[in-house]
Amino acid sequence: MIPLDRILISSLLLCSAGAVHAADGQKIFSQGGQNPAAMACLGCHGADGKGMAAAGFPRLAGLPAAYLSKQLHDFRDGSRKNPIMEPLAKALSDEEIQAVTATLAAMPAEPVADTRRQQMATDATEKLALYGDWSRQLPGCVQCHGPGGAGVGDHFPPLAHQPAAYLVAQLNAWRDGSRHNDPNQLMAGVAKAMSDEEIKALANYFASPASQGGKP
Amino acid sequence: MNLMIFGALSLALGSAQAAPIAMDDQSQLQVPAVGSAPTFAPPAESELPDNAFGKMVREGHALFVDTRRLMPDKVGNGLNCSNCHLDQGRLGNSAPLWGAYPMYPAYRKKNDKVNTFAERIQGCFQFSMNGTPPAADSPQMTALSVYAYWLASKAPIGVEAPGRGYPEVPQPAQGYDFKRGEQVYQQQCAICHGAEGQGQKVAQDYVMPPLWGKDSYNWGAGMHRINTAASFIKYNMPLGKPGSLSDQQAWDVAAFINRHERPQDPRLVDGSVEKTRLKYHANDGVNLYGQKLDGVLIGQGTGK
Repeated sequence: MIPLDRILISSLLLCSAGAVHAADGQKIFSQGGQNPAAMACLGCHGADGKGMAAAGFPRLAGLPAAYLSKQLHDFRDGSRKNPIMEPLAKALSDEEIQAVTATLAAMPAEPVADTRRQQMATDATEKLALYGDWSRQLPGCVQCHGPGGAGVGDHFPPLAHQPAAYLVAQLNAWRDGSRHNDPNQLMAGVAKAMSDEEIKALANYFASPASQGGKP
Repeated sequence: MNLMIFGALSLALGSAQAAPIAMDDQSQLQVPAVGSAPTFAPPAESELPDNAFGKMVREGHALFVDTRRLMPDKVGNGLNCSNCHLDQGRLGNSAPLWGAYPMYPAYRKKNDKVNTFAERIQGCFQFSMNGTPPAADSPQMTALSVYAYWLASKAPIGVEAPGRGYPEVPQPAQGYDFKRGEQVYQQQCAICHGAEGQGQKVAQDYVMPPLWGKDSYNWGAGMHRINTAASFIKYNMPLGKPGSLSDQQAWDVAAFINRHERPQDPRLVDGSVEKTRLKYHANDGVNLYGQKLDGVLIGQGTGK
């Protein structure tokens, strides 16, 4: 016969042990990690994780967990640069990264325009987005990032509903080499082939899918 | 009652009978190694007239870039025309339509036959798309042919234009090596085509095409030849980085891809891989069909 108080004590112990070990992704998102330097995501990325367009803080909601996890690890080891995200990522444990990226991936995102490649693009921006420009070996954005820029698999993140300022900043960073954590340097070549005007126009195209002339 | 039985019988017979092979000679037409750079410029979209012809071109274009979704009863795998003919059939050294269209009708010595352009496209559907070819007089075939014709506007007839086909990449002195090919594949190709060659989908549609398995080209497609795949890869892959692989790497990775199983050659003779090899594969470029690798017969197919 086991005394009741011993059962209670052991279950209390189990509970607190559980709290220490299983990181709570939702809590990290809204309140931050164990280390106070791991600030809550929602402060900059919005309560719904959809980013802050005016500041150019990216949407995280609905992005693939593996992609987000790679970015956090890259911030941590310095292979992706950002003065805010580097110390923040260093303050997150592996377990916390796993938990918070799973939470973010499961958060709902805006629906993406079902823009297909069927239409012949006459507008220069849409042409680049759908078909690219092969005279400079530039594939269309959607050929890797999926129809409407919805994202494909773990390596090709969504472009749709990302703040235009964020997309512009990333393309410029790839172009000048300050961002270089893209697998197989796929984005470096693409970004270098584009002009300032094209980068701005494409960023706007994907930031507000309503602007896409999607006629499926 | 009798009528019903007759109907059921003819249905059964109909389904048992494979679609006739439109262009049974799929053997390679020699494309010379790259000599001069492609110079032909197909017309721009803005030049399309706003009439029935322009509308037909647009329809053909839509079928060409979104074949799988628009012709689900004709495409038997996960591919679109534009997977092998990059930039909507416009890109030189990527088997552009403007390079193909002026070369038909074409005489083929092997079967002593003249094949029309429609028959050539039917061959694509039967082999590269592992499907059922649209009839030569179908609206879909007309649209595809009109699109090709339009892209070839002002191209000389019967003249091999620089940039047509995939330029031949000579087999390296060392031949090819599956192990090296696998390394190239995992480093350069798997990010898009998947570690198992399965491609990548968004919802139910492929964005990046599968390279082997039941949703890829079948054993009768030109791309099953290692030399043809090496040429395509060298001049077109990785997407946006053509020419970045050496000839050796292109051959190695082509051999690795084309040693994997894919749908059976629809010309299968008497159910025998060996007979099919002798009839259609033995003298068709460099291919592995019907050979034994590590004790396993290649070319058994994946089933539909």
